[in-house]
Amino acid sequence: MTTRAVKTANEPEEAVDLGRIYRSLRLIRRGEEEVARLYPSDKIKSPVHLSIGQESVAVGVCDVLEPDDVVSPTYRCHAAFLAKGGSLKGMMAELYGKATGVAGGKGGSMHLIDMSHNILGASAVVGTTIPVALGVALAAKRTKRPRVVATFFGDGATEEGVFSESLNFAALHRLPVLFVCENNRYAIHAPITKRWATERLCERVETYGIPAHRIDDGDVLKIRARAKDAVERMRRGENGPVFLECRTYRWREHVGPNEDFNAGYRPRSDMEPWVESDQVARIGGLLPEDQRGAIDSAIEREIVDAVAFAEASPFPTLENLYTHVYADR
Amino acid sequence: MSTPTGNARLLTYVDALREAAAQEMRRDPRVFVFGLDVDDHKAIQGSTRGLVDEFGPERVFGTPLSEDAMTGVAIGAAMAGMRPIHVHIRMDFLMLAMNQLVNIAAKSHYMYDGQVKVPLVVRSMIGKSWGQGAQHSQGLHAMFMHVPGLKVVAPSNAYDAKGCLISAIRDDNPVIFVEHRLLYYTDAFVPEESYEVPFGKARICMPGNDITIVGISNMLVECLRAHELLADQGIDVEVIDPISLVPLDIDTIVESVRRTGRLLIVDNAWTTCGASAEIAAAVAERSSDCKELQVRRAGYAPTTCPTTPVLEEAFYQDPVKIARTAYAMVRGEGADWQPDPEHAKLAYQIKFRGPF
Repeated sequence: MTTRAVKTANEPEEAVDLGRIYRSLRLIRRGEEEVARLYPSDKIKSPVHLSIGQESVAVGVCDVLEPDDVVSPTYRCHAAFLAKGGSLKGMMAELYGKATGVAGGKGGSMHLIDMSHNILGASAVVGTTIPVALGVALAAKRTKRPRVVATFFGDGATEEGVFSESLNFAALHRLPVLFVCENNRYAIHAPITKRWATERLCERVETYGIPAHRIDDGDVLKIRARAKDAVERMRRGENGPVFLECRTYRWREHVGPNEDFNAGYRPRSDMEPWVESDQVARIGGLLPEDQRGAIDSAIEREIVDAVAFAEASPFPTLENLYTHVYADR
Repeated sequence: MSTPTGNARLLTYVDALREAAAQEMRRDPRVFVFGLDVDDHKAIQGSTRGLVDEFGPERVFGTPLSEDAMTGVAIGAAMAGMRPIHVHIRMDFLMLAMNQLVNIAAKSHYMYDGQVKVPLVVRSMIGKSWGQGAQHSQGLHAMFMHVPGLKVVAPSNAYDAKGCLISAIRDDNPVIFVEHRLLYYTDAFVPEESYEVPFGKARICMPGNDITIVGISNMLVECLRAHELLADQGIDVEVIDPISLVPLDIDTIVESVRRTGRLLIVDNAWTTCGASAEIAAAVAERSSDCKELQVRRAGYAPTTCPTTPVLEEAFYQDPVKIARTAYAMVRGEGADWQPDPEHAKLAYQIKFRGPF
């Protein structure tokens, strides 16, 4: 295990498992590259919103979560899903619309879920999952279950009324919720400058009585350290919610497998600093070559297996059209 | 149909609601009640009175004016194993919760392949009279009937109010629980013990052979009054209370209509794309062999509810309007009859006590 001494806000030094972090970053990157490669084959029956370039937010946060902790992803959910331990096989089969997918082929890329890993279902309606995450946190608090709920959302979601309502309620009830804003500065193609008069997101959030921190550069270890500090306090019941604004950059188009710098709404030069500081390459570079090579090979095998699994799995049978419309009682 | 048992006493609709919640909260620690003003001195017209004293502020609490997020919180808590009852003092306010109810509550069990359930009760009250006006009067149950995954119930009396609320709390699905302000102080013999009124089972309140009248929510009471008026004219009315709209017991209605050949549905809502339209269509689809079938719908006037009494009165169905519509259906087109105004007043003074 390759570890590195990392300074966190609370503790002087802590051993961080860089191999684990790299594995998670790399799995998401390569898994999604494979999704993009397969996409033109039309075997994937679902619109895909890729996290390529944004992996470090989900990985940094999920690295400090316990199995019983909960994540609530956005429709751009592959990263948080995989980072929390969701199965790549189940995800790939879901994208293929197969019965073995995590949602039986009925949810697709935007509705991944895995309750066995405490991954709440993702939603295609921006912002809607935020209060649902609060409800899970409320239940945890009422039953004195020492779990934390991390809710992921983009900068666009902060414009939804439900976001403000949720901040207020979480603060009022001191719920163990980690708000994680993946701020890639675009809502589909609309830049944040066309949507907000100011970009003082953290300041706005602080007025609700919620500590807010911004990480500007996508550094997975900084994100991890902030998340760890927040989560540990919450788990000890000392604090209500914490807000993290993680600046990041989406390398591919809003939806679909390609780049879209020829569309004219953002220049390629915006991406360049993010490619230079790419966290997958950076953390990989901190590992000994043999360890990195072993992780890479294992991931490639995992991807081949996942695609083979998705290809070989059956589609759901027709009676599944009507299963689970209502719960049995 | 459902006969009160030995321990039944006269109880108002509002007290039946309160008793149902209290009994379920005693039985099941996962049940909690929340919503704007559920814990204040007015206690949602008394329907949550005493709950905060007995169960404490952790299980009975008011909320910010954030219907959208609060509905999401209820859904999340339900997914995590709790059994929330989210209370809205008017049904109109459910429009603020529509996204969560339609996009998340209704769909989660299906969209996530059964991995989560949403055992949520959404209580809301339809207002009427005292100038409730455009935004305190709407019966919007049909909007929820449209969406698979939601259940919709509209009890018309105290007995059903208690039994349906207990059923709703124990149901693993989101249930839109439709109450009516004017029903709150009607009373019925209600058993002390806990009991369920099953969803998807309509009740024939009054048997008859000339015409089938289906009344929804408090319109059921108005239909019973119309029944009194029509009885004097020798018209034998069968009155049916569907109780639950989703699931809907269409078989009981169809069976009745096959006997009477005439169906009048009276809803506490507009008719266009409404519960009455759904019932009419469902009956027609099952009655293609009945050549003589007559179907009419009655509901709110196709306009916005005004506040001034003279216009408000014209907006709603009432026993006289219902009786005249039914009379024309039974006696033939063009047949008109104006009930004696004194008799109509008397019909209003009859106390109907469910279960009908």
